[in-house]
Amino acid sequence: MNGELILFFVLAIVAISAALGMLFSRNAVYSALFLILNFATVAVFFLLLGAPFIAMAQVTVYAGAIMVLFLFVIMLLGAEQIQHQARRGWQRPLAMLLTLVLLAESAYLIFTRSDVLTVLQPAAADYGSPQSIGMLLFSEYLLPFEVTSILLLAAMVGAIVLVKEDKKSGGQK
Amino acid sequence: MVIDWVLVLEWVVKSILLVFILLTGFAYTTFYERKLAALIQLRIGPNRAGPGGWLQPAADGVKLIFKEEFTPAEAYKFVFVLAPIITVVPAIVIMAVVPWGDMVNLFGRMVPLYLADINVAVLYILSVASVSVYGIVLAGWASNNKYAMLGGLRSSAQMLSYELALGLAFIGPILIAGSMSLMDIVEAQRNVWFIVYQPLGAIIFYIAMLAEVNRAPFDMPEAEQELTAGYHTEYSGMKFSLFFMGEYIKMAAVSGIFASLFLGGFRGPFVDQLPGLGPLYFFLKIVASLGVMIWIRATMPRLRYDRLMAFGWKVLLPLALLNVLVTAVVIVALGL
Repeated sequence: MNGELILFFVLAIVAISAALGMLFSRNAVYSALFLILNFATVAVFFLLLGAPFIAMAQVTVYAGAIMVLFLFVIMLLGAEQIQHQARRGWQRPLAMLLTLVLLAESAYLIFTRSDVLTVLQPAAADYGSPQSIGMLLFSEYLLPFEVTSILLLAAMVGAIVLVKEDKKSGGQK
Repeated sequence: MVIDWVLVLEWVVKSILLVFILLTGFAYTTFYERKLAALIQLRIGPNRAGPGGWLQPAADGVKLIFKEEFTPAEAYKFVFVLAPIITVVPAIVIMAVVPWGDMVNLFGRMVPLYLADINVAVLYILSVASVSVYGIVLAGWASNNKYAMLGGLRSSAQMLSYELALGLAFIGPILIAGSMSLMDIVEAQRNVWFIVYQPLGAIIFYIAMLAEVNRAPFDMPEAEQELTAGYHTEYSGMKFSLFFMGEYIKMAAVSGIFASLFLGGFRGPFVDQLPGLGPLYFFLKIVASLGVMIWIRATMPRLRYDRLMAFGWKVLLPLALLNVLVTAVVIVALGL
């Protein structure tokens, strides 16, 4: 057993326990904190795979930006404590059914199509470096990149329009 | 895999040295601030403990350690203890990618005077900075106190807003140096400091970094008349001093990053002949940058919160975008 494998298993245990902690925590703030821990662990996985750029982007975007906004919303709405509200009765059986289908599909794939699951070759030295990602984004993946930016712009404009005060009807209602 | 034990030892020694310098340097940064602010405001400043007041930081440290630790009854205990730790750790680890010298020959072995020269150093700084927001927002929430909560939300909203301008100000030096490694960026400033090419970028970076470390005139947590003491209202003793420590270490750390990006880092006259001069120049640049921070605090009034946010979003961010655009166009036009 080499060091990398030990590290992988330790990280995997941390990641899975953080995910479980997020699901079972009764307090929404603790759930958010568990999710942040999970994102951080995934970032370390990317580092192990030799992709520091993606690891840093993972921490900055998910752990640093998105989860802070999540925490803001949870704290401002005072939604920390889960209330025992009436659940829709059909949700639980449906969730169980879908999970079983997913598990069966994965099991089928793993046991019948094991030929596609070969050991991956280690990545090239400059794989995932800022330069190579930039070159790929602006050449091969230019169209998806631009489409994404237009989508983000539309979301931004939409958010601004939603919170803008309506001048004609005399400000806030 | 063969592990070079000497190399491991070298890293451990350098890491411990860096942490030690930051932790003791923090105490003397507070002393520096009080003395310099006193000089600016025609006061005397601390002068009782030791000759010229030089033992004041030690006296403060002892006082803070022996103060009563108080935890509010309704606080969320675990997060309440966790928050100061989350504040201090990013402040210390952010310095890992900042080079404070070139190679030096120690005991017949070439030792690089930096911890890690990674090709995503700038992204590392941004990601660590974005994580450091959590300490403040969690401290405000876990205290279970309205003032702390409001203070925490305000400070973190401020840090998030100014992070954008900060990130964009990084792009100027990256474009000119053509690398995200701070070592390469420092190397590219061998002849001319980037503050000459990037005056606007440097100013934007400096302002955004003041907001990022919650310093005057953006020191919302200390707006006593509105928020008592903001997110650390309920903290006392050692936990309070951890927040204090976090703020001052962050001041030194962002000064170091500013010096590396715009003031030539450890570069100076005769560094190539005498590599030992590198850390000295770097230290002097950090002290100068800290001095400007203290000067600003001693002379400027605090901004009102809505003006602060408006300034960040409506002035600083467009200017930073413009700076990126102009830099990129000029670099392409000159074919650099």
